[in-house]
Amino acid sequence: MHAVVLLKQILDWEVPPQRFRIDQATKRPPDDLAPKLLGPFEQNALELALQLKQAGAVERVTALLAGPAEATEALRKALAVRADEAVHVEVEHTDALDPSQTAELLVAAVRRLDPPELVLAGRQAGDWDHGQVGYLVAERLGWPAVGLVWRAELRDGRLHVWRSGVAGVEHLAVRPPALLTVTSHTDLRLRMGSVMDLMAANRKEIARWTPAELGLGPEELAAARRLDLAGVQVSEVKRECELIEGEGAAEVAARVLERLAELKLLERRA
Amino acid sequence: MILAATWDTEGLGRAGLELLGAATRLGATLGEEVAFVSLAASGRGAAEQAGAHGAARAFVVEGGHTTSVGEGAVAVLAELVRELGARAALLPADEQGGEVAPRLAERLGATAITHAVAVEVADTNPVWTRPVFGGKALATVSALAEPVVATLRRGAFDPAEATGGSAVVETRTVPAGDGAVEFLGSEAAADGASLEDATVIVSGGAGLGSAEAFSELEELAGLLGGAVGASLAAVDAGWAPPERQVGLTGKAVSPDVYFAFGISGASQHLAGIGGAKAVVAVNTDPDAPIFRSARLGVVMDCRVLVGALLAELRRSA
Repeated sequence: MHAVVLLKQILDWEVPPQRFRIDQATKRPPDDLAPKLLGPFEQNALELALQLKQAGAVERVTALLAGPAEATEALRKALAVRADEAVHVEVEHTDALDPSQTAELLVAAVRRLDPPELVLAGRQAGDWDHGQVGYLVAERLGWPAVGLVWRAELRDGRLHVWRSGVAGVEHLAVRPPALLTVTSHTDLRLRMGSVMDLMAANRKEIARWTPAELGLGPEELAAARRLDLAGVQVSEVKRECELIEGEGAAEVAARVLERLAELKLLERRA
Repeated sequence: MILAATWDTEGLGRAGLELLGAATRLGATLGEEVAFVSLAASGRGAAEQAGAHGAARAFVVEGGHTTSVGEGAVAVLAELVRELGARAALLPADEQGGEVAPRLAERLGATAITHAVAVEVADTNPVWTRPVFGGKALATVSALAEPVVATLRRGAFDPAEATGGSAVVETRTVPAGDGAVEFLGSEAAADGASLEDATVIVSGGAGLGSAEAFSELEELAGLLGGAVGASLAAVDAGWAPPERQVGLTGKAVSPDVYFAFGISGASQHLAGIGGAKAVVAVNTDPDAPIFRSARLGVVMDCRVLVGALLAELRRSA
C-alpha cells in the first residue's frame, strides 16, 4: 500500500500571545515573527505513516506539501525520518489559501502520484485551525474518512483505527482507499532522524510541481475559494488576576475556597 | 430555514441549547425559521425539547450510523438541507461535528466555517468570528458559497429560551451507506463526570510532574463535585486520556470555576477555557501566561496546594 502524508509548515505555534502580531495589510502574521516549523499534527500523521510502514502495512510513504519555497525544510525533515519520497507543490504563501483551495492543490497532486490507498492528514493545521483540508481531500477523492485517529493496524485488508470520540476511545475499521486525520498521542511523537539519515535526506531529490502544472492556474485556483477572510485581530486578554497569599499552603487553600464562596462561584460547606 | 443538528439524546444539553439559541437568533435576523435535527440513536426527547425552544420543525433520524460513523450523519443532513432549502446548518464544534461539517459542506458545494464563537449579520450575509493561531487571534470570515455549514464552540453562544411552542417530530431515515467504515465499539472513559456539563473543573498540566500527583486531582474533583480535565502536556505524558483534554484541540468547557494546576497557559489551552466564569491559576512561575486569564492566582508548587486543598476539604466534608 502506498501512503501519502499531507504536510504543512506553519508559524511556530509556541509564539507567546504578547508577541503575536497580525499585519493588517496582508491579514496574516508578519513573516519575520517567528520561525516556521512542520506542524504538530502533521508530525503525528507522518509518525503514524512510518509506523504503518514498519508494521508492513504500508510499502511506501510519500510526503506531500503545498507551500512556499522555504517549506522545503519540512519535506527534508520527512525524508530524514525515512519518508520514501517528497513532493512540493510550490505556492507563494499558504496563508493566502483557504481550506478549499489547499485541498484542490493537494487532490490534484495526489491524482498525479502513483495511486495511493491511504492518505494521512493532521487533524488541523496549528495556524488557521480550520480542521477541514483532510476531509475536503477525502470528499473530492470520493473516499471515506475517519477523523482524530491515533492508532492504526492493517488486518485482513482493512485498516483498524482507534480514535478519540466524544465519550471515549472508539474502534472502527475502514476499507482502503481511505483518508485518516491524525491527532496527537504519546505514541505518535515524531521520531528523530539519525545523522546518516539527515545527510542522505539532503541529497535526495524533491519533486517540485507548480499549481499550473497540476491544471490549477490563477483562475482555477480563485474559483476554488469558498471562504472570505474579512479581517483578523489579535485577541485581547484583559482580566484582573487577584493573587492569593498566606502563611503556608493550608492558609492559602482555605483563602482560595473562601474567596470562591464570596464570589458565589463555589458552595462552601463550612 | 436554519438547521441545527446535535447528537444530544435524552434532552438538549447545554451545548444543544446554545446551538439552538444561535440558530433562532440567526433565523430571526435573516427572517428564516429553524429546524432541529437530532442525530442520536434515541433523540426524540431532544427533538421535542427543541420544539419548545424555538424550532418550527424537528426531526429524528432512524437507521443508525449517525452516531459514530460520520457518513450517515453527512448523508442524512445533506438530504435535509436540500429538502428544506436551508441557508445554514449549525453543528457542535466537537469530535462529531468537526468530522461531519467539512464533508457536509463539500457535498452541498457549500462552505464550512469551523469553531465559530460569534455570528453577526451584515447585509443579510452572516459574518462569523472564529479563533485562529490557537486563540491568539480572532478571524472574521464569511461564506462565498451558500449554504454555510458552521460548527459552534461551546460556551460562546447564549442558550435558547423556552418559547412554549412545540414542533411535530418528523422522522427521516439514513440512506444505506457503502459500508466502507464500520464501527466496532467504544470504551467509555473510566470516570463518567462530563467535562462539558461540569460546574467545577480541576485540571492539571506538566507542573504536576507525575502520574501520581495528577491522580490526586480525582479526589479533589470528587470533593468539589467537579470533573477532572487535563492540558495537552498531561495527556501527552499519559497521565490522562485524550478525552479529558481541554483546549482548542480538546474540549471547550464553561464551568463556574476552572482550577489550572501546573498549567502554563499555552494559547491552545486558553482557547478551551474562555467560557469559564473564573479560572484559578496555580503555578510556580509568576510570569506564566495562565495568570493573565485567571480571576484568582496562587504562585506556589501546585502539588503542595492540591495537598492543602484536599486536607481543607476533607476536614469540612
